[in-house]
Amino acid sequence: MRRKIVMFLLISICYLLQITVFKSLAFVSVSPNLLIILVSSIGFMRGRKEGLLVGFVSGFMVDMFFGGFIGLNALFYMTIGYLNGFFQKQFFKDDIKLPMALILGSDFLFNILIYVTYFLLRGRFQFGFYLVNIIIPELIYTLAISILLYYIILKINRKLEAVEKKGAVKFGKIKEDL
Amino acid sequence: MKYRNRRRKTKFFIPVRYIFIVLAVVCFAGAFLSLTFNLKGGPINTIAEGIFVPMQKGINGIGTYINNKSDHFQTLSQVQEENKKQQDKINALMTENSTLKLEQYELDNLRKLYELDQKYPSYKKVGARVIAKDAGNWFSTFVIDKGKNDGIKVDMNVIAGGGLVGIVTHVGKSSATVRAIIDDKNNVSAMLLSTSDNCMIEGNLKTLTEKQAIEFSILKDEKNMAAVGDQVVTSQISDKYLQGILIGYISSITKDTNNLTKRGTITPVVDFEHLEEVLVILQKKEIE
Repeated sequence: MRRKIVMFLLISICYLLQITVFKSLAFVSVSPNLLIILVSSIGFMRGRKEGLLVGFVSGFMVDMFFGGFIGLNALFYMTIGYLNGFFQKQFFKDDIKLPMALILGSDFLFNILIYVTYFLLRGRFQFGFYLVNIIIPELIYTLAISILLYYIILKINRKLEAVEKKGAVKFGKIKEDL
Repeated sequence: MKYRNRRRKTKFFIPVRYIFIVLAVVCFAGAFLSLTFNLKGGPINTIAEGIFVPMQKGINGIGTYINNKSDHFQTLSQVQEENKKQQDKINALMTENSTLKLEQYELDNLRKLYELDQKYPSYKKVGARVIAKDAGNWFSTFVIDKGKNDGIKVDMNVIAGGGLVGIVTHVGKSSATVRAIIDDKNNVSAMLLSTSDNCMIEGNLKTLTEKQAIEFSILKDEKNMAAVGDQVVTSQISDKYLQGILIGYISSITKDTNNLTKRGTITPVVDFEHLEEVLVILQKKEIE
């Protein structure tokens, strides 16, 4: 329960920052995607299931206010959380290269998905243009932010795990290992 | 205890891939339902709105909050000032000056809106603040802080800074989502003011990033009168946009290969980058 509340708060904070503060901090009218950083990090830190659920909730929130219809963003974020979950075994806390690569890959994949569903299918074929002007600037900005945000998420996760371990010893529970 | 826990787990354990599939189906169903029935969230949306709109307003309103607090402080200091009559005048002038400076920016914005209000006087309008923008970088949609409670409905037109901003696509209790005319998915039926020829305006992310403009096409201009700098307004044949709202000025024009129609770009009059206050026209175009 504690973890659920913390996760929901994290999603809310990232979401609110993304649609308000970071919109006014936009460089060349491009702003970073904090939710992707969060969903991706939770994915490889905690595994497929939690990545999946966190992704679903974040995407759903984006759908609530933006997007043409409900479900598409939820599906994209969810898929990204799920895919990142496969890298849980390769993930080590001291290594920064893999997390950064995964976050970068996730953001790239997300933008490709948006491009294909909303743009390519409506006959906007100039992929090179969108890559150079929208996707790559967003990737760079997101990567810059993720260096900071990743450590915050890592710290929160470590603290949660420590608290859970304590609780598990106290009540004689077996720690779930998902 | 341990044994029971483990047994329970095996009993209710669902593989992650099934959860994925189930949620994916939920997503598709949601997309399908919202497309066919034009739904958007229903009760969940109301709850989400109840939680997030105040927060969006809060984050955006930090500036306003500080402003208000300083006003409170002023009245307090004025009570104290009655004892110190010597400083009274200086203080009053100083605070007045600072308030004026603080509010100057807002005043300018509101004055611009007022001018716009005078320009289209026949419509009833309500002012609103932009409180959030789209989560990604692909679309130009934003959220305003007025909704159903203020009389806003879907398909109402939104104006600011001298011209058309967009259209309301979704309404909540106290917020509404607006899609701007520069959005890649948006189309407006428009008319040249000089020749009364109709054309179609479509938002295009590519032209927007390259030239800060939106595209127009299928302009029938048989007398060859259309020129760069012509005013473009919403046309009478549009079923969603009210007639005669200024959109922008033609910035380039070329002939299509069929030699019958023309296309080109329009520079919008509204500064979409720095949009803070907008006016929503509380009148929908009636369709018989």
